[in-house]
Amino acid sequence: MFDNDKINAIEQKYNEWEEKSVKKTVQRFPERKTAFKTGSNIEVKNLYTPLDIKDLDYIEDLGFPGEYPFTRGVQPTMYRGRFWTMRQYAGFGTAEESNKRYKFLLEQGQTGLSVAFDLPTQIGYDSDHPLAQGEVGKVGVAIDSLEDMEILFDGIPLDRVSTSMTINAPAAILLAMYIAIAEKQNVPLEKLSGTIQNDILKEYIARGTYIFPPEPSMRLITDIFEYCSKNIPNWNTISISGYHIREAGATAVQEVAFTLANGIAYVDAAIKAGLNVDDFAPRLSFFFNAHNDILEEVAKFRAARRLWAKIMKDRFNATNKKSMMLRFHTQTGGSTLTAQQPDNNIIRVTLQALAAVLGGTQSLHTNSRDEALALPTEDSVRIALRTQQIIAYESGVAETVDPLAGSYYIEYLTDKIEKEAQEYIDKIDRLGGASKAIEKGFIQQEIQDSAYNYQKEVENNQRIIVGVNKFRIEEAPPKDLLKVDPEVGRRQEQKLIQLKKNRNNDEVERTLNNLKKMAKTKENLMPAIIDCVKSYATLGEICGILREVFGEYKQAVIL
Amino acid sequence: MNTTKRIRVIIAKPGLDGHDRGAKVIARALRDAGMEVIYTGLRQTPEQIVETAIQEDADVIGLSSLSGAHLHLFSKVIELLREKKADNIIVIGGGVIPEEDIPELKKMGIAEVFTPGTSTKDIIDFIKSKVL
Repeated sequence: MFDNDKINAIEQKYNEWEEKSVKKTVQRFPERKTAFKTGSNIEVKNLYTPLDIKDLDYIEDLGFPGEYPFTRGVQPTMYRGRFWTMRQYAGFGTAEESNKRYKFLLEQGQTGLSVAFDLPTQIGYDSDHPLAQGEVGKVGVAIDSLEDMEILFDGIPLDRVSTSMTINAPAAILLAMYIAIAEKQNVPLEKLSGTIQNDILKEYIARGTYIFPPEPSMRLITDIFEYCSKNIPNWNTISISGYHIREAGATAVQEVAFTLANGIAYVDAAIKAGLNVDDFAPRLSFFFNAHNDILEEVAKFRAARRLWAKIMKDRFNATNKKSMMLRFHTQTGGSTLTAQQPDNNIIRVTLQALAAVLGGTQSLHTNSRDEALALPTEDSVRIALRTQQIIAYESGVAETVDPLAGSYYIEYLTDKIEKEAQEYIDKIDRLGGASKAIEKGFIQQEIQDSAYNYQKEVENNQRIIVGVNKFRIEEAPPKDLLKVDPEVGRRQEQKLIQLKKNRNNDEVERTLNNLKKMAKTKENLMPAIIDCVKSYATLGEICGILREVFGEYKQAVIL
Repeated sequence: MNTTKRIRVIIAKPGLDGHDRGAKVIARALRDAGMEVIYTGLRQTPEQIVETAIQEDADVIGLSSLSGAHLHLFSKVIELLREKKADNIIVIGGGVIPEEDIPELKKMGIAEVFTPGTSTKDIIDFIKSKVL
């Protein structure tokens, strides 16, 4: 961006400034730390100048919003056209209770739904399974059959709201239920929009709600890609998630690297299954975290976008522009929230949400202040949503596209994160790809090392957490936390007994048997799963059949 | 008591919760502090945890849960330890646990509950004060 003479002149001035001004000042007023660094251990200098981005080529490296390599955003006008989707992740207890919370959030101005399922649902157990005891309705809503989903979306028009479902191992089944409800509401499938998370690789790495071994899991995922490309063209068939990787302790660089490495594995699998890259790649979406280090986070989002564009173009020969666009949802960092002085979390969430918006997110969930203690109350979730609305309507940051671009520091950091992430991806390639790297425990080990280092830095006071290792106060325990009714489990069990009495059990048996037969072939499983769901076979029954055919994943414990 | 004895700790994830960052960080910190640590991995039933603890002759079981199922799962572990006459094993708990549940957990026999923001040093000191 600068000619050589200019660069030389700046360099000379910079050295003079260091010699004359900085040294003198530092002698009198030493700097706060001997070394400054970002959360990803990238060294932070005292000042960034054109010298740090002298190789940056504006057209090649940044380009224009809505155009390759999408560094400055995936849409030409970004938030000048419309804001990001404000999508609060919610769900708890029964379908009735969650339906009420969704209607509350929509009334408060939320623009998309995001469904949290309880752990038994995520792991494919019905509410009456012995392992489900104590877990029913706790971290999300309990869904045992289509009947529960009908209640969950009662009075919510599926053609007018987009729905994100945080569901992975049994994603195909929940998607099938959503399709069945759309049919009941007479909504054509082309009108459905939303996302299923459907990202199994990060479950093995970071989140733990896996069911099947990698190979059949990947098959379910590519079956969904294929089915949706033909039947639900506006559905995001996967949300490749760095969020949980980051929560498990990864740095920003590792988050980008491991998420994109997983993305590469899905694209590889789909191509191997015979799909054409430009048929499914436009519907791949991503999910990132936003932590407190605002500028590093902004650079992270920009780096991820540029890196993915290059991967799709150069590695997979995608030709559709949409295949190269990295669209992403962001959630603020749950693990950055403190149980101490919970109101401080409102400020943390604000900074993180700002980073996501400055980084060009398509959709955002802001965490609530009390989430280090329990599920959020209505009051605290409202504040979290208002945080997004204030950024959108009052802060001015949404009025121009990619406003931090051209900052010497931001561009330097964007470049640096891209390079370091690329090095990780190369290393994973040498190990044989993401699946193999996970099998060998490489990715898990890298994340755990980062998590442990972080904890040590906090305990050595090298990293300050306000209210935890500095500025502590005596506090009374927080009041009015949300409690899930312990009766939920029993009520779900009662419902299951009724369901099994009232449904056509011959039809259930027929559809389940058919699924079993199909699971042993290479045919697409979606139609058979949709039949099972419509016969009111339960989630546990359907997953049970697939467990029989596919087996179950056993975790390799790595410390 | 024998002060040269190496303290043996089982770190366990009962229930279906998959968030094990805290459990693993604590496992490593205890190990760095000279203890013998066994991490069970995810989705352990209370029966499996108690079995492992008895077989491994553990001094301490550390239970981690972030899913809200702690009252149910932790009490099961305590119950089984009593049944198997292994209630000399100290049980500590951690995770996303509301303050108001802590007295109840302690009443059922959980020696201490460590919530987010706890320093690993506090956990190490607590274990040493109880075992050595």
